[in-house]
Amino acid sequence: MKMNTNSNSYIIIYSAILVVIVAFLLAFVYKALKPMQDANVALDVKKQILYSLNIRNLDGSEAEAKYAEVVKAEKENEDNGQKTYECQIDGKDITVVSLKGMGLWGGISGYLAIDEKGKVYGAYFNHEGETAGLGAEIKDSQAWQEKFIGKQIWDENGNVVLSVVKKVEDAATQVDCVTGATLTSNGVDAMLKDGLKGFQIYAVGRMLETVANTDSTKVVEE
Amino acid sequence: MALFSKQNKEVFTNPLNVDHPILGQVLGICSALAVTSQLKPAIVMGLAVTVITAFSNVIISIIRNTIPNRIRIVVQLVVVAALVTIVSQILKAFAYDVSVQLSVYVGLIITNCILMGRLEAFAMQNKPWPSFLDGVGNGLGYAMILVIVGAARELLGRGSLLGFQIIPDCAYDFGYMNNGMMTMPAMALILVGCVIWVHRAYFYKEK
Repeated sequence: MKMNTNSNSYIIIYSAILVVIVAFLLAFVYKALKPMQDANVALDVKKQILYSLNIRNLDGSEAEAKYAEVVKAEKENEDNGQKTYECQIDGKDITVVSLKGMGLWGGISGYLAIDEKGKVYGAYFNHEGETAGLGAEIKDSQAWQEKFIGKQIWDENGNVVLSVVKKVEDAATQVDCVTGATLTSNGVDAMLKDGLKGFQIYAVGRMLETVANTDSTKVVEE
Repeated sequence: MALFSKQNKEVFTNPLNVDHPILGQVLGICSALAVTSQLKPAIVMGLAVTVITAFSNVIISIIRNTIPNRIRIVVQLVVVAALVTIVSQILKAFAYDVSVQLSVYVGLIITNCILMGRLEAFAMQNKPWPSFLDGVGNGLGYAMILVIVGAARELLGRGSLLGFQIIPDCAYDFGYMNNGMMTMPAMALILVGCVIWVHRAYFYKEK
């Protein structure tokens, strides 16, 4: 018997069965692959933290080992979810701060490594959907991220002075923005201001003391 | 019918030559522009599209006689969307960096005109095996262009292939510079245009 494939009841039953089969299939695939995906995401975060510490080009297992060696403690600010990682590299205490902000097309994020004197030790930025070749350079261009190294983050009153600007006037605190990506660069600037300000309030102990101390040492150095 | 009869061979090779999905039928241009700034995502995208066209063609071909004509596009979309989601999940589990690089474009394979075009034009009328060959052929044709354009853009725009530096440091010392324009989508359009030009010049000589 040839079924009438154009009757209403056939269409409704057909689509219902199809959708149920597909739903089961997708749920199964999702459940089966979830642990591996979570592991990948966790590893990616570790790699990004290592990037901000200027440790690049490691593959999965190397990164895992290096992370365990370098990162000593992990803290989370319960108010805004910002994380800090206390690290030790070559006997130096480095603090890595997680940052979140807004770019041009979507969210941006980053990790900033801060040395004992309150200066930038290294930086890594990531984005969700910035334009390749323009805004995406904040992630793709290692050279741009390296421009942050050595910049002063706070002034003596504890205000954030580290900034991303179009025209660098003070080379000690300012970083040149990415050409053709003013709005993304402004987003990075706002993210730094916002994230590092919040950072002071809850993790004052180790960082701000050292900032206060550097004033005298800085004079001596100069 | 033999598995590789003359007719089946044509089904497989036509999309690689005269009836190429991008060059001849001008389908799937949008994603070809977006994912080709480097070679590796281009290859992965090409493979993903090949797998999805092949299997969606087979599935649609198997159930083609049961599909109610009035909702056939919906059924095709459900099958394609399910396959794309599975591929996207597999990429996230096994090739995480690439899936991050491809970002939304894996999901957008659903709207790739090659898929719907082949399902509607071929799989709805043909048996599973020719449909499979047609899907693989069209997918590979698409992948071929992605690889050509991706390789050209990465080589000229970044001086590397698959992330390995090709252009030696001494060339940069003599004043050679990477062409940053190549990393932008607009240059992909121009490169695809050049490839279409070569393709037309070769296959439409007689006219």
